[in-house]
Amino acid sequence: MHKPSLKGILVGLIPFIAMCFSVPLWDRVYPFILGLPFNIFWIVLWILMTPVCMSLAYKIERRKIDAAERIQEGGIQHG
Amino acid sequence: MDSSTIALSVIFVIVLISSMVGVYAGSRYKMNLEQWTVAGRGFGVVLVWLLMAGEIYTTFAFLGASGWAYSRGGPTLYIMAYLTLAYVFSFYFLPQIWEIGKKFGMQTQSDFFRQRYGSRNLAAFASLIGVIFIIPYLQLQLTGLGIIVEVSGFGGISRAAAIIIAFVLVAIFVLISGVRAVAWISVIKDFLMLFAAFFIGIGLPYMYFGGISEMFTALVNAKPLHLILPGSTKTMGQSWYISTVLLTSMGFYMWPHLFSAAFTAKSNNTLRKNAVIMPLYTITMPLIFIVGFTAILVVPGLNNGDLALLTIVRNSYPAWFMGLIGAAGALTAMVPAAILILAAATLFAKNFYRELFAPNMTDDQVEKLARVMVIVITLIALYFAIYSSTTLVNLLLLGYAGVTQFLPGVLFGLYWERINKTGVFSGLVTGIAVVAYLVLTKQDPFFGINAGFVALCVNFAVTITVTLMTKPEPNLFNEESVTSEAKAD
Repeated sequence: MHKPSLKGILVGLIPFIAMCFSVPLWDRVYPFILGLPFNIFWIVLWILMTPVCMSLAYKIERRKIDAAERIQEGGIQHG
Repeated sequence: MDSSTIALSVIFVIVLISSMVGVYAGSRYKMNLEQWTVAGRGFGVVLVWLLMAGEIYTTFAFLGASGWAYSRGGPTLYIMAYLTLAYVFSFYFLPQIWEIGKKFGMQTQSDFFRQRYGSRNLAAFASLIGVIFIIPYLQLQLTGLGIIVEVSGFGGISRAAAIIIAFVLVAIFVLISGVRAVAWISVIKDFLMLFAAFFIGIGLPYMYFGGISEMFTALVNAKPLHLILPGSTKTMGQSWYISTVLLTSMGFYMWPHLFSAAFTAKSNNTLRKNAVIMPLYTITMPLIFIVGFTAILVVPGLNNGDLALLTIVRNSYPAWFMGLIGAAGALTAMVPAAILILAAATLFAKNFYRELFAPNMTDDQVEKLARVMVIVITLIALYFAIYSSTTLVNLLLLGYAGVTQFLPGVLFGLYWERINKTGVFSGLVTGIAVVAYLVLTKQDPFFGINAGFVALCVNFAVTITVTLMTKPEPNLFNEESVTSEAKAD
């Protein structure tokens, strides 16, 4: 079983910080951006940014998994 | 033709075609337990996406979310945040659950507990908890469907009749095609949902205010505090927001039917890719909220905020369009209901009845019993939906916070070798007791924090403490995989 790497987890924390923990910083109506109150704009922005973060996390994990598989194919047992 | 006939015909035709697609989807496969519950573990990224989107965007997304925007305001933001973050969180454990599931041939959430902790009682208890929380959730879908069809059909059909017709169809396609039906009907449902959300989310503010920005400006002038926390509520402030987003995003995949959706994937990589792209689907939610916000000024003073979306659409569009919205709404009830029925039936047959009363049952016999349970569970939920009961409303309040209590057993099961069944069992029981006490005595939020989150913290603490105080047990995930015949010990 492939366990997530620390780097991968840290990237995943970014959307949590942006959409959850930092709520006191962005929970306000003004300024309106693109016609949306600021808090709604912020959430929508992060709905779009989250896949960007996660594709980075995906690349990180994928590289680890591929490396692990190469080692296994080379005949070295692991895990 | 009058409005009612037009709208009802549109709804009926779409629902019927969808059901036929569902039946056809599975008819090409020979159904056994593995095909019926997890589609032979053959779904690629697109089908897993459709299945999960189909399960996740329920009548709550349709009626409840716009209703929250209408009556509560700011706190509604938590829905967009938690849905997005639930997918982020899933990236770090669903692929692992899939790997373990593949190794041991798992089909349900309780299979996971059974294999990891080697305890029949724990698995049976987990399945019982799952079924208990699924039934009120199912009943909510039925009630929602009744409201949607009644209102969007201009009162041309009674609520009870609509519910019964829809659920006979659901039972038929679940019985014939299992999880494949759900995934394929989701195709139709998702297209309708997307179309509806974009069309009314952008169209309604233009129709009444000349634009989205103008609508929000008018709303802020009329109700300056509605859009920020705690909105038009007294208790849903920032600490409520943070604790609720954490609880619901981490607890999301603890719903038994969502947990087992992971097993339908072709590979663990499918689930990783899926976690990357799923958040994009959340983009329909702001549009639904905009409908709810628009309705505040256009149709003010509704007693039931859940009717905001349907009422404003009915006042603004022709009957055939109302029919389309009604059909989308009906499918957002039928698709999740189908998977809930399937999950509850399998949990009962495989993890409750077989574990406790008939350990010698074969998988084929389990499948037969599960099919009987599909009918039984449908009838129970129908009964509750038509003669609605207050007990069930209470159970529903407990549902989300309740199923989240599975989290320590699942996460530690994957990542902490030392964890044992006594710790998990104690944590689970304590967590559910705490959440039941706080919610039923109306202490939610508890000092501004979501009661389920309080319970989850207690649960984690108890799980860790009890585990460390009791003897270590072997991690049965490290065993070699066994065939299902050998496992029926």
